[in-house]
Amino acid sequence: MKIEILGSGCANCRQLEQNAIRAAETAGIDAQTIKIQDMEKIMSYGIMMTPGLVVNGKVKSSGQVLKVEEIIPLLEEEASA
Amino acid sequence: MKLFVLFADLITFRLLRLDPELRISGAVHFFIEDTSKIFILLLIMIYIISLLRAGLDIARIRDFVSGKKRGPAYVLAALLGAVTPFCSCSSIPLFLGFTSAGIPLGITMSFLITSPMINEVAVILLGSMLGLRFTLVYVFVGIAAGVGGGFFIDLIGAEKYLTPLGEKAGEMKTDTIPAIKRKSGIRERHAFAIAELHSIFSRVWKWILIGVGLGAALHGFVPDSFISNFLGDGQWWSVPAAVLLGIPLYSNASGVIPVAEALLNKGLPVGTMLAFMMSVVAASFPEFVMLRQVMKPRLLFIFFLMLLVFFTLVGWIFNIIF
Repeated sequence: MKIEILGSGCANCRQLEQNAIRAAETAGIDAQTIKIQDMEKIMSYGIMMTPGLVVNGKVKSSGQVLKVEEIIPLLEEEASA
Repeated sequence: MKLFVLFADLITFRLLRLDPELRISGAVHFFIEDTSKIFILLLIMIYIISLLRAGLDIARIRDFVSGKKRGPAYVLAALLGAVTPFCSCSSIPLFLGFTSAGIPLGITMSFLITSPMINEVAVILLGSMLGLRFTLVYVFVGIAAGVGGGFFIDLIGAEKYLTPLGEKAGEMKTDTIPAIKRKSGIRERHAFAIAELHSIFSRVWKWILIGVGLGAALHGFVPDSFISNFLGDGQWWSVPAAVLLGIPLYSNASGVIPVAEALLNKGLPVGTMLAFMMSVVAASFPEFVMLRQVMKPRLLFIFFLMLLVFFTLVGWIFNIIF
């Protein structure tokens, strides 16, 4: 599973990244988490507020720093897709 | 509000047994009174406002603005910017998102000007420290800056000065992405409000302590005449000087306001202080770094200059009126 965190490097984006990594660990999902800071790439996903969470290429949320518990269902959704 | 004075009295004079005649007592009292007042007020107000704001969707705002006629659109964008929370890293995605929906550059800028300047923390602090009248003034001036600024940007045909990325924005697609389906039942709103409390507090508490600390030091240790002797008595040059001084200083509104209150009490003219405050909050380095990605240096410079001129004018006008 590929998790991408879209953001330009402020504390919110870092927090989301950590939460996503924790969520994957807790859910026992094997995932690679990368941070996207390039504006053009971020924009190509069409979000308007950072940070953004993208799982397997699909945008799951934008403008929110999701908590670990909120991320897990999103990952599981993708895992069983 | 008396409650906080009494609380500060308790700590300063009873618990710490400080002599009321000493300068340090004044400073400590001020510090305790202000920080307790601010934190409690923030707690209550942020919770309430976040409860109300839980269902906010930026994509809906964007769609709402894009259909409107030019003139009202500036005002609308400025107003909406005022009520939307702001993180400077969102400036670019937001800019590109608005532009890709066909919203003219100036209107997008109206939103981006008011967003950092007017937020619930600033309003709460202003209200509690400087009174309702001053708060209304600040909000009004902020929105006017947004409307005027946006209008000016379009007037000079700023689209010519966008970077390639900025220009590409028109062609990018930003579909309405459903964020986590935000359920807006009371329980979800409460959870959101608590999360907002956490997030805002963790960001601003340091600034508030620093700001109030500086304010307390000013209150206790700087003689009343210092301000008028060194920072001008409302002479014309003190306003642009204050604006220039505000540029390198970046703080969010919460840090600046306690300092502003202390300065005002020491006699700094209202207009000068207003100009200073706005310059500190609106002309922020991180945001400019962000905007540089979509604006050519010339445009960024013009934008920047425009804000400074505006704040200076406001400062002069208010010094004359008040």
